[in-house]
Amino acid sequence: MMRRDLCLKAIARHVRDDDIVLPVYSTAFDWLDVRPHPLNYLSHGAMGLASSHALGLALGRPDKRVIVLDGDGSLLMNLGTLVSIAEAAPKNLYHFVMENGTYEANGGHPIPNRGKLSFSGFARSAGHANVHEFADLQIFEQQVGAILGEPGPAFACLKVVPAGPQERDYSRLHGPHVRQAFRDALAKS
Amino acid sequence: MASSAGAAEGRTVAGLSGESIIREIKASGIEFVVSVPDITTSEGLLRPLAAAQNPRLVRICKEDEGVGICAGLAYTGKRGLLLIQQTGLLDSINAIRGVAMDYSLPICMMVGLLEKEVGVPPRQSKRYGVRIVEPVLEAMGVPYVEIEEQADVGKIRPAIDDAYATNHPIVLLIGQRPS
Repeated sequence: MMRRDLCLKAIARHVRDDDIVLPVYSTAFDWLDVRPHPLNYLSHGAMGLASSHALGLALGRPDKRVIVLDGDGSLLMNLGTLVSIAEAAPKNLYHFVMENGTYEANGGHPIPNRGKLSFSGFARSAGHANVHEFADLQIFEQQVGAILGEPGPAFACLKVVPAGPQERDYSRLHGPHVRQAFRDALAKS
Repeated sequence: MASSAGAAEGRTVAGLSGESIIREIKASGIEFVVSVPDITTSEGLLRPLAAAQNPRLVRICKEDEGVGICAGLAYTGKRGLLLIQQTGLLDSINAIRGVAMDYSLPICMMVGLLEKEVGVPPRQSKRYGVRIVEPVLEAMGVPYVEIEEQADVGKIRPAIDDAYATNHPIVLLIGQRPS
């Protein structure tokens, strides 16, 4: 298992200034500390739709890399997204899933069938060709640059544990100022 | 264009031309049609759209995905249209609430009304699943336009333009099968 904040720092080392990043819920609060940036897309509603927003962004701006930092509970609510992304096949979409086995933002309850399902297996079965899974931080740090350096779509499942308690101010994700900052930054980028 | 006889209690209305609806979709600047198949619009709209290069068809598994995709497109300045059935619209209520309404985004939805009787206003349908659509949209504050006969096709472009001009969702309710 890897500490999520360290995984995010490893990803951030390869994120360019003009990349769009969509972090989800608990990951988002960690990510905001790692990479505060107006091209963080934080307002994607609920029920696992971040990767769908990402698909729209990737189709609309094929000149930019779009990186989703999803949660396992979130992805379970929208598994069809793996199929839709595989068919649309945007070369600029990178889908990372933080698998901690819980609905962390809603009390830490376990996801159904925790430990017996495979998110990388889901992705492969959905038709993704570029699929990875990591549980060792050193190996992930070595390979994440290559994943982001190759054409997408790419999918990577990261087996993580949280670093510790978080202060969750949801206005940092859903406030209108957040969306306007993103809109302005994207228009200029 | 053939006329369609309405149900016993419905008025007789002119048919809908799918070709003219697609023309209006294109004229509205729609570059992406995002769809889960719907039997009302299957032959008249989805099949010809699938055969064309523009707008690009994005096939999805579930309708709420499409709300997210159209939101992402809207931020990039590209226009998307979600082509679905009212069953999928009802299934996507939370996505529409959270993304289209709470975030004030121009999510444009063209919705086939499964089993609606031709010539019968949706809220007078014998089908519960049809009757509730407009009241549900009104309760959510989501504007809608009925596209029931050919004369209604001209409402499509202004409705989409207004959604983008004022950042609100719009639902275009397709009341009979386009030819």
